[in-house]
Parts: sequence; C-alpha cells; structure tokens
Amino acid sequence: MNNLVYLIPLFPLAGFLINGLFRKSLNKPLIGIIGSGAILASFVVSLVLFFQVKSNGALPVEALFSFINVHDFKIDFAFQVDQLSSIFLLIITGIGFLIHVYSTSYMHDEPTEHFGRYFAYLNLFVFSMLLLVMGANFVIMFIGWEGVGLCSYLLIGFWFKNNNYNYAAKKAFVMNRIGDLGFLLAVFWLLAKVGTVNYHDVFTAESLAKLTPTDITAITLLLFVGAAGKSAQIPLYTWLPDAMAGPTPVSALIHAATMVTAGIYMIARSNVLYSLAHVTQNVIAIIGIATALLAATIALKQNDIKKVLAYSTVSQLGYMFLGLGVGAYTGAVFHVMTHAFFKALLFLGAGSVIHAAGGEQDIRKMGGLKKYMPYTHLTFLVGCIAIAGMPPFSGFFSKDEILAAAYARSPILWGLGVLGAAMTAFYMFRLYATTFLGSFRGTHDQEHHLHESPAAMTIPLVVLAFLSVIGGAVGVPEALHGHHELHHFLSPVLTTEVAPELGHSTEYGLMAVSVVLALAALLFALNKFSKKPELGEPTGFGKVLANKWYIDELYDAVIVNPLLKFADFLKNVVEKSGIDGIVNGVGRFVQYLSRQLRLLQSGQVGNYILFMVLSIVVLFLVFWNQAIILQFLQKVF
Amino acid sequence: MPIQYYIALSVCLFCIGIVGVLTRRNVIIIFMCIELMLNSVNLLLVAFSKMYNAPAFAANPASTVGIDGQLFVFFIMVVAAAEVSVGLAIIVMMYRNTHSIDVNFLNRLKN
Repeated sequence: MNNLVYLIPLFPLAGFLINGLFRKSLNKPLIGIIGSGAILASFVVSLVLFFQVKSNGALPVEALFSFINVHDFKIDFAFQVDQLSSIFLLIITGIGFLIHVYSTSYMHDEPTEHFGRYFAYLNLFVFSMLLLVMGANFVIMFIGWEGVGLCSYLLIGFWFKNNNYNYAAKKAFVMNRIGDLGFLLAVFWLLAKVGTVNYHDVFTAESLAKLTPTDITAITLLLFVGAAGKSAQIPLYTWLPDAMAGPTPVSALIHAATMVTAGIYMIARSNVLYSLAHVTQNVIAIIGIATALLAATIALKQNDIKKVLAYSTVSQLGYMFLGLGVGAYTGAVFHVMTHAFFKALLFLGAGSVIHAAGGEQDIRKMGGLKKYMPYTHLTFLVGCIAIAGMPPFSGFFSKDEILAAAYARSPILWGLGVLGAAMTAFYMFRLYATTFLGSFRGTHDQEHHLHESPAAMTIPLVVLAFLSVIGGAVGVPEALHGHHELHHFLSPVLTTEVAPELGHSTEYGLMAVSVVLALAALLFALNKFSKKPELGEPTGFGKVLANKWYIDELYDAVIVNPLLKFADFLKNVVEKSGIDGIVNGVGRFVQYLSRQLRLLQSGQVGNYILFMVLSIVVLFLVFWNQAIILQFLQKVF
Repeated sequence: MPIQYYIALSVCLFCIGIVGVLTRRNVIIIFMCIELMLNSVNLLLVAFSKMYNAPAFAANPASTVGIDGQLFVFFIMVVAAAEVSVGLAIIVMMYRNTHSIDVNFLNRLKN
C-alpha cells in the first residue's frame, strides 16, 4: 500500500485534535503554526502524490479497513487518488494552506481560546474535504460531505454571540441537509440496484447494464439535488450569501474555493452516469445558467463587499454546472481550479480591506483605498481582471472553454452565458472602482486607521494573484496553439467528456465576442463608478435586484412561514389538547378510579367480612357447577 | 335420619353465625357467633362421617372407614379452645384500653 495516501487527511485531523483539545493551554503563534503546518504537510504529500499520478497514472485503490461489512455487502474505508482527486487535493491543501497563513494574521485579535477553536474547525474542515475528494466510494464521500457541512455550520456561526450569525449558520445547515437527502437517496438507489457504491465497480459497463434509463435519470437527478444544496444552485442557493456571516478567510476557503465545489467534483466523478442521462444534463445546464444569471443580476446591486463576492461565487458555480450539463467536465473542473485561485484571492483581498477599515463591509463607505493599500489593491485588481475573463488571465481560459462547449450544445446557452460574463465584469469593476478608486468616504477615524495589512496577509494575496494570472496556462485550448494539458491529464477519469467540435474560426469568434462584451462592461463600470462613486438608493428595478429578487421573502412566505404556522398548530393544538389531553386524561381517570376504590377500605372489619361473604356467595352461585370451577382454575393458573 | 336434615341445620347455624358477626357490634357476641360457625362445621363433619361409616360399621364393627371426619372435629375443637383463650385475652385487653367492647371503636387503621 502506498503509505503516503492516508497521511494527507491524517495531518489536518491531528491538527484539529491538538488545536481543539489544547486550545486553552497553547499560545497563538503555536496554534497558528500547528494549524498551518498540518495543511502544509498535507500539501507536500499531495504534491508528491500528484507527480506520482502524473507519471504513473492513478494510484491503486486500497482499503484502510472495512467500514461496513454485513453478509455479502461490504463497504471499505478506502482512498482513491487518481487524476481528478489529485487536482482537488492540490487545490484544497494549497489554497487551504495560504488561507491558514492568512488567518493567523486576520484572526489575531481573537482571544487565544477562540483562536484555537477557529484553527481546529478549519483543520477539521480540510480533513473532511479531503475525505470527500479522496474517498473511493460514495459512502466515504458522504462522510466528507457531511463533515464539510458541519464545519461550514460551525464556522459561519463562529461569532456565536451574534444571533443573526447563528441564524445564517442554521440556514446553511438546513439547506444543505435538504440537498443531502437527495444525495443519500441516490446512494441508496444505487445500492439497491447495483449492490455496490465503489466508483470502480459502479462505473463499469456491467454495473451500468443493471440500471434502466429511468434509474439513471433518477439517480443522477437526486445526486444533482445534493450538488445543488452543497454548491448553492437554484433553488437551494440562498444560504451562501448569508454564509458571509463567518470570518472572511472562511468565506474564501469554504464558500468560494473548496466546499462549494464539492458538487462539481461529485458530478465530474460520476460523469459516466451523467452522460447516460440526457434529461439530467439538460436540467443541470438550465439550472446552471439560470443560477449564473440570477446571481449575477443580484450582484449588480449589492453594497456589501462580501455579498457581491458571494453572489459572484454563486454565479460562477452556475457556470461550472453549465459546463457539467453540456458535457464539458474538464472545463468545469478547470473553472473550479481557476475560480479557486481568483475567488480566494478576491475574498482574501476583501478581508484585507475589511481588516483595514476596522470591520466595515459597506462599499459606500470605502473608496480611495488604492493609495493606502498598494498590495491589496494590485492583487484585487488582478482577481477582478481574472474573473472578468480577460485574456491571458486564468478566468478567460476556463470560462471560455465552458462557453464554447455550451455553444456546441445550444447557441442560446452561449448567449446567456456571455451576458452573464459581461455582468460579471460589470459588477466586479463596480466593486473595484467604488472600493479602491476615488476618495475615501468613511469617517475620519476610519481613514486614520487605514493601513496595508501585515505580510502574513499580503503574501498569500501575492501568491494567489500570481496563480490567478498563470493558472490558465494548464488549459490553453488548441485554437490558441496550446495543448490543454489539463484535458489530457484528466481524460482517464473524465472518460465521457464531449469535446465541442467547433472550427478554430468559430472559437476565435466566440472568444472575441465574449471578451469584447466583457471588456465593454468592464470599461463602462470603471468609467461610471470612478467618476461618480457614490451609490444612490436603488430605485425601480434596481430595488428588486438590491433585494435579491425577493427570493428570501418568497421562501419565507411559501415554505418557512407555513411550516412555522403548522409547527405552531402542532404545538398549541395537537400537543396541548390532543397528546397532553390523552396523557393527563389517563392519569385523571386512574386517580378518579382509585378515589372510588378507596371507599371500599372503610377500616371497619365488619365491612370486610361482609364483602368476603358476599363474594363467596357470588362465587358459589356463579360456579355452582364444579366443571366450571375447574375450568376457571385452569384458566387462572 | 336423612343427611339433608343435618345439612340444613348446619347451614342455618352457619348463617346465624355470619349474620351475627356482620350485624353485631358487641365483640363477645361476635366471638360467640364465630364459635357457632365453627360448630356448625363440626356438626356437618360428624354427620358426613357417620353417613360414610354406617354401612361399613354394620358389616364390621372394627371398620375405620370415614372416621377421619370425626378426627377433624377433635382438631377443630382443640384449635377453637386455644383460639378462645387468645380471643378472650384480646377482648380483656381491649376492654382495658377502650373501656368498651364495641368493635366499631377499633378503626384506627382507617385513613
């Protein structure tokens, strides 16, 4: 067995245990070193394994121990490191490490105990995420899947003294649970029909032959429900913007770079199943593009720096699902990777800004930060350009690959995608211009407080900015004289990838249109908001967007409030008069009966004798016949 | 005499005893009624014993068939004598404590 594989999740687990158990006795630098060091160690091992996979192909799946073993039904606790999971391992541990380093500085004002708790949670998250991508079957994936959901809950509600944050955490957890139910049902369905959940066994022609087309459609749709919950797609996306209640590095790690891409990983992993279910693919593509557009429109009018980024994340995840839906699995994974770079960068940049502005998140009270925070400004700008899809930054290649595949499926999808991309460019540069350009609009105290963040925060920014610039190099399409190494690397896993058959001239045209439109939107936003950075109160349609299409209110009215009313009814009517009535009624009846029976015990010996005599007489009359007496005795004894 | 007469007499005596126990409050009369019931049973036992014993006795005067009924009567009489001594002692103690021989005063177990 390859001894290195199980080390990867072991380090974060050890970090979690040490930081979690000894958080009160360790000091802050030590906690930071343990937390970050654990992830760094995992990253190093992941790198080693990555190069092994690159040169020798996927590592053999080997079971650590037998997890569930009942009769002929067996689930191993096994890890699978192949091309797909090694890419995810690098993303998780690499970006995870940078964010841990960043956090040591960002969370420095927390008391030691909470500092330790934070790193313990963060390490536990990385551990769960690693289980999710390394598991060799759906059950191990599900363990990780639940683990990251739990850590997300814990970290969103990290500042648990604020009740709103707790509500946000609860919302995230409940919405994820709705999706998880779909995931679970799909796994059960698969078990019932195929009898195994190992990837190696499920994705074979033999197993697939056991599934009818209906089965495949149902399983893939149910898996997609799980993915929609975890990866914040319509209709389960509303938790992600609220999840911004957590500390900003958490938003960067969990709600931008890693956890929310779990759904994409899962679908890419099950690509064999998905390519057999065209209905599901269409559903995914439509929901993906709808989410991308809806979230992009909402992001246009948000004034909270983290909310803009959150909706941008939802929108980008929509693109990834569009890619999965049209069969461009590599494109989706590619976009996961580049998105992890630039969105982590943007979130960390936003964290740096919030840190400098003393906790202020409203972009209407920012502006002119360019001169105070040169590193943050420059890296944030890089992130904005990358997400806007300007060549040769990384976002351009991955987004373009998805859009090209969408065009091959349907030009309408492509058109909507380009529209979304233009909106992305617009809102990102609106954010950039109002935050960094112009003059500062906050209070004098805040202005005095503005400063560039310490090196522990700027170095991860610079590294991520560097990656955001060059990250696209692994997937340069052949139209641009590249080799698309990622495609070749992933092809053993993503066997059902559909390469769009477009002529080079068509591809050039598509690229040109999307880049020109995005550039126009970018320049328009830059021009508009650097001249007049004050954002007025939104009116008309803008108000609808600023209120997020009133989706939360709609959910409240349609689902939450009726449920609450129903719960209220159960509590006040069914519980109080029904169940309590029965229980108390039984008690009262027994009490009444015993009060009546008590009268028999008069304490007068004569009475007792009278009853004795009477009962003897009655027995005598009733059992006159001896046979009946015998029967009676037999019955009693 | 037919056995029915004995049975009827015995039942009458027993009922008188029961009614006496149930209705009277004087503890000595209750005690006498209990004796009455015991003796009604004794009478019945002797009667049955004699009924079984008569044919065998006619054939063989040394026969002991059915004689155990009469034996029981002696046992009962012995036990009753012992019981009377205990019972009368109780009654005496009761009279010393309550200056009454009314059983209705003996209801302290109530409540």
